[in-house]
Amino acid sequence: MAKNTLSTARRGRRHPLATIALIVIGLVSTGGAYALFSSTASANTPASTTTATVDQGKKLFAANCATCHGVNAGGVAGVGPSLYGVGAASVDFQVSTGRMPLANQGVQAEQKPAQFTKDQISALATYVASLSPGPGIPDAKYLKGNGNLANGAELFRINCAMCHNVAGAGGALTQGKFAPTLSGVLPVHVYEAMVSGPQNMPVFNDKNLTPAQKADVITYLKYLDQNPSPGGIDLGNLGPVSEGLFIWIFGLGAIVGVTIWIAAKAN
Amino acid sequence: MTVSAPPAPSAPAVAPSRGSRFTGAAANYIDERTSISGLVKELGRKIFPDHWSFMLGEVALYSFVVILLSGTFLTFFFQPSMTEVVYNGSYVPLKGMQMSAAYSSTLNISFDIRGGLLFRQIHHWAALLFIAAIGLHMLRVYFTGAFRKPREINWVIGFVLFILAMAEGFTGYSLPDDLLSGNGLRIIDGLIKGIPVIGTWISYLLFGGEFPGTKVVAMFFSIHILLLPAILVAALGAHLLLMVINKHTQFAGPGRTNDNVVGVPILPIFAAKAGGFFFVVFGVIVLIASLFTINPIWTYGPYDPSPVSAGTQPDWYIGFADGALRLIPPGWEFVWLNHTWSFNIIVVILVLPIFLAAVAFYPFIEGWITGDKREHHIAQRPRNAPARTAIGAAGVTFYAVLWAAASSDLIATHFHVSIEGVIHVLQALVFLGPIIAYIVTKRVCIGLQKKDREIALHGFESGRIVRLPGGEYVEVHEQLSDYERWRLVSFDEYEPLMIRPNAQGRITTAQRTRAALSRWFFEDRIMPVTKTEIEQQHH
Repeated sequence: MAKNTLSTARRGRRHPLATIALIVIGLVSTGGAYALFSSTASANTPASTTTATVDQGKKLFAANCATCHGVNAGGVAGVGPSLYGVGAASVDFQVSTGRMPLANQGVQAEQKPAQFTKDQISALATYVASLSPGPGIPDAKYLKGNGNLANGAELFRINCAMCHNVAGAGGALTQGKFAPTLSGVLPVHVYEAMVSGPQNMPVFNDKNLTPAQKADVITYLKYLDQNPSPGGIDLGNLGPVSEGLFIWIFGLGAIVGVTIWIAAKAN
Repeated sequence: MTVSAPPAPSAPAVAPSRGSRFTGAAANYIDERTSISGLVKELGRKIFPDHWSFMLGEVALYSFVVILLSGTFLTFFFQPSMTEVVYNGSYVPLKGMQMSAAYSSTLNISFDIRGGLLFRQIHHWAALLFIAAIGLHMLRVYFTGAFRKPREINWVIGFVLFILAMAEGFTGYSLPDDLLSGNGLRIIDGLIKGIPVIGTWISYLLFGGEFPGTKVVAMFFSIHILLLPAILVAALGAHLLLMVINKHTQFAGPGRTNDNVVGVPILPIFAAKAGGFFFVVFGVIVLIASLFTINPIWTYGPYDPSPVSAGTQPDWYIGFADGALRLIPPGWEFVWLNHTWSFNIIVVILVLPIFLAAVAFYPFIEGWITGDKREHHIAQRPRNAPARTAIGAAGVTFYAVLWAAASSDLIATHFHVSIEGVIHVLQALVFLGPIIAYIVTKRVCIGLQKKDREIALHGFESGRIVRLPGGEYVEVHEQLSDYERWRLVSFDEYEPLMIRPNAQGRITTAQRTRAALSRWFFEDRIMPVTKTEIEQQHH
């Protein structure tokens, strides 16, 4: 009875999907208008867009980053470093992977869901890059994963494996810091990390590893992501420790179980 | 017992079938030429008592057979040479790389030879299982006192087998000449070079020049497939022979005495069971090998002295040595007489052999302390030898701390703690852990003995409360049957040795030490329940 009244009431006023439809229309029109406005603006006056983005970035920076990095990104002693010269690459890496804004002061910024939209991140990056020149966002041609696989594998073993492990499974550093796992990391972030050297990672500038060599490393990481271990389940790619634990717990465990079963049957 | 039935009028069973006539003739043929029937009769009647923990040595034996079979397959395709070649096999990320023939042929076994990867993984998993089973088998023998007279020699042979197995494992780990095995060899090279005066000479001798040289793989190959297996098989034969001669131990039980063995004979029951069990072990190894990657040498890449991967560890059985090196604090080396003295390494190469020697000679040490010269064929329950069980627990803790230290970096990343914190905690535990383990284990053993004594004398609490006619409430205690009680009361009684003067009337220092150690062993003890006590309890 009550249910019936409720549904009639609903039917009487408006269609159940009306609210959703209204929201969709509203979003599409606003978004469309915004896209139209911004695209026309960029088509006509690129210089003013940059200013607009820089201004937007500056506002975002003042609201979200200035507490630690200073109002003019010059750093606050003992709290946050200066961002002069870090470049767009660093901002894009830190903010897109959620490492910045920092959740709390600790030994190392941890990855978490990003807090800003793509546009906002790009505005922040443009603003920081406008302060002082630094490494920019990498060209998409280096990120396709079509470089020299064997060369990339060798470069990875020589330059990256001592912290990130040969299979990119990650590893420990001093004082609770660590090199994170590289499986599932976007190529653009791998590249940006190499040029900007986030946290404890050293900078691999273009003289150290040329862009083509960086593309090779990305190619190898992509290969590792896309090709599961030929030997079967990889036990986390952690090497002999996980193998040893596995044989003691599951291998010997299974066999001891069988011995108990055999001996019990006989009694 | 058997009642002979009167002969049946028509005896159809007398005429043997064609098949059994053939078997009989063949057996006779062989026996007339080898006199094997005596041996079969003797061996076939050997009795094996049934207890699951008595099968752990078998697990080791069967994994060794699997290792021999799979290893033979691998030798057909492995090239033990460090000659530089260019890889042109199927694994794309290494195509065109310069590498040793050893590594290249291991890659070919993994990717281009049918079944090769499965065999490699069977071989490696079986090796891990082999040494793990040996370890568990040793623990079983230790904690049940099955190493006591007359089995001390067999304990030492077993210990030699354990060391040989580790040496086999390590040489095998080094053969593929990948980055991981090269790093392992580099650590061994560093250990050897840390030996004062002769270290550098030994290292140059081993590697045929400066590390890594071009000879070590070929030499390790001969050691791995020829020398060590030959010694291992010989020692294994001696181990099994002594087991047959000494007879198997058994747990105390009704009808089981120090002078008999109760169980099933080898032929036919035990042989059938053991044969089946072999295939179970084989099957478990193959199942693991077919589902789980072990030592993915293709991701490690060819050995090159410059790169080292994060998370580089030896296989589990060498872990305790790696962990010992990791636990040494920094700054233990100094220059004296124009030589560098690396005490960070010297301490490790002194402490580990002392620990291993204590394991090897434990039966003789305990025999001397207890002064027990009797033969023992009844396996003790660990609680009935509190001091030994506590020493064993302390040893296991010491080993486990060193072992854990070998994975300090992975503990740090996986539990989100700092690696320095992990190392400092383990440094403290390597000293404190064994002491705590000793005290706790000894108390637990004595507590369990007290409980056993209580149950043997008064039965166990049934949970049934009964009101007596006088109004008193009592809980009914259920008495054990004689069979159940047997297990609880039949153990030997030990007392500390008295200090006695020798033939010259003097009390030597050795005597005093022995008495002190014996007091430490047996001071805290629970006496086994005597027959009189039980009888008194019943009346």
